[in-house]
Amino acid sequence: MIQLRGIERVFVVGGEEVHALRSVDLEIRQGEYLSIMGPSGSGKSTLLNVVGLLDRPSAGSYALDERDVTGLNDDELARVRREKIGFVFQFFHLVPRLTAAQNIALPMVLAGVPPGERAARLEQLLGEYGLEDRAHHRPDQLSGGQCQRVAIARAMSMRPGVILADEPTGNLDRHTGREVLAVLERLHDSGGTLVLVTHDGELGARAHRRLRMVDGKIVGDERARGAHAAAS
Amino acid sequence: MRIADLFTFSWQVVSGSRGRTALILLAMGIGVAAVVLVSTLGEGARRYVLDQFGSLGTNLVIVLPGRSETAGANPGFIVGKTPRDLTLDDALALGRSHAVKLIAPLIIGTGDVRWGAKLRESPILGSTAELLPVRHMALAQGVFLPPGDPHHAQPVCVIGAKVREELFGAQAALGEWLRIGDRRFRVIGVMASQGVTFGTNTDEVVMVPLVAAQALFNTESLFRILIEAKSREQVAAAKEDAIEILRQRHEGERDVTVITQDAVLATFDRILRALTLAVGGIAAISLAVAGILIMNVMLIAVTQRRREIGLLKALGATGAQIRLTFFTEAVLLALGGAGLGLAAGKLGQLFILQLYPQIPFTAPWWALVAAPLTAVVTAALFTVAPAAHAARLDPVAALSRR
Repeated sequence: MIQLRGIERVFVVGGEEVHALRSVDLEIRQGEYLSIMGPSGSGKSTLLNVVGLLDRPSAGSYALDERDVTGLNDDELARVRREKIGFVFQFFHLVPRLTAAQNIALPMVLAGVPPGERAARLEQLLGEYGLEDRAHHRPDQLSGGQCQRVAIARAMSMRPGVILADEPTGNLDRHTGREVLAVLERLHDSGGTLVLVTHDGELGARAHRRLRMVDGKIVGDERARGAHAAAS
Repeated sequence: MRIADLFTFSWQVVSGSRGRTALILLAMGIGVAAVVLVSTLGEGARRYVLDQFGSLGTNLVIVLPGRSETAGANPGFIVGKTPRDLTLDDALALGRSHAVKLIAPLIIGTGDVRWGAKLRESPILGSTAELLPVRHMALAQGVFLPPGDPHHAQPVCVIGAKVREELFGAQAALGEWLRIGDRRFRVIGVMASQGVTFGTNTDEVVMVPLVAAQALFNTESLFRILIEAKSREQVAAAKEDAIEILRQRHEGERDVTVITQDAVLATFDRILRALTLAVGGIAAISLAVAGILIMNVMLIAVTQRRREIGLLKALGATGAQIRLTFFTEAVLLALGGAGLGLAAGKLGQLFILQLYPQIPFTAPWWALVAAPLTAVVTAALFTVAPAAHAARLDPVAALSRR
């Protein structure tokens, strides 16, 4: 469902060109569980942003669900992103003035989902992620794990095919991180595609397919039965 | 994004940062209140002046002897002419016009008014019974000058409130005999106090029958003829008729000036309206200042909410949606400020009305529409730049900055 061909991403920093991605070819199939690992500055996050249509490649082509999205304008990209991609960030990125329920509903609000349907989906999501009693709390009244669960519920609210998680456990303690990862893996079990960027080798090893990146290149692409796969 | 959601979203922003919202509301409110108050003052002044003219009498046509306009054509003719006097018979002749309802000829002079040992110099008005309805005056006691043939005078007079007070004090004035010049007049009426209306203080005058005044001042010549037309639409016809009748009576020479109250009124109306608009416009500058404040606050908001904007984009918000949220926020603030300003303006108006109850202060409708409209439009205009800036933000950069 995701096909990257010869993707380059070049930033100009202080007059010098920095190659964040160098001729990246990548194919991700529906329902894969993929981790991207590598040292800081290796281009993991840039790759995730390109896959998530937040960033545009400098060269190369990208087809999402057999549709070439390389040439789309910003607003078209926004619509594709809204329908097909869910983001989970390291720093949660919840809107502080909104309650948990309002944060979760945000993508549906932007997409103009009718209020009745929205309320039904919201209730279902709050139930799935164990947030019923936290629905009317603001982010500053939630624990880190709860914040990330809200963020995941938000990413899932438009039922996207792909979940992109950038260091989702990076800001959580080990125990909570495990819980959050379990939630993400549950998504994968129900048929979604999960792409996980992480530093943590132990977490990365749980994925079925493990990419290693160095200096903007994919240097390793391992398919194995990961720990999670073994457990399930 | 649905409209209701857009408003909810912006409402959450506005109610989320109370201090900021309060400041913008204050600035916008002051601007709107200033426009409303200033135009209220101007409109009050305009109405006051118009009312004053109205108190002279409605549908009034005034005939003056002499011609004040330059006719052109034959300069020698203008220099050589001696304007004929207006006489009582001229005035009565105007009654031939179908447009004329009432005619009040008028002579004004000054004379010594005595009662017993007290003496007062006072303006003397010579007229007929019709003066009372034409000038919309009111009596406090007694009756006005008697109706009847204006060529015959009875030795009676009607005195102003102040004259009565100064000559008679607490004593009864009705039935007493006054001496004006070398003639005696019996007081048959006292005017109600009505203050100054354009130069003539009716409280200080003594009114006598026209013929008596002609004898007192030894002149046949009228100072004015006041005509009341039958209706507002007949004012122009009354004016035409007056000019034509007097031209025929004066051997075909047009030597009178006829003023309609409408013309004078319209001039004052124009001047005062222009003045109100001008000061209202000056007050509107404060609205522009409030608009710039909104722009500033919005620019700061874009910087403060960078991450949020980045997030909204990551969640699938289009540039148009981002812009719309900022516009809605600005318009909500402007509407709130305008509401506050209108309320404050109303309060201020009530306050001024307490101080000067005789002046009819009301906000003109155009100010009530224009002030909030200007507030909203400036707010929206000044949000164009910040909103465009927000919509252009690169989501990756916006999200990565902590």
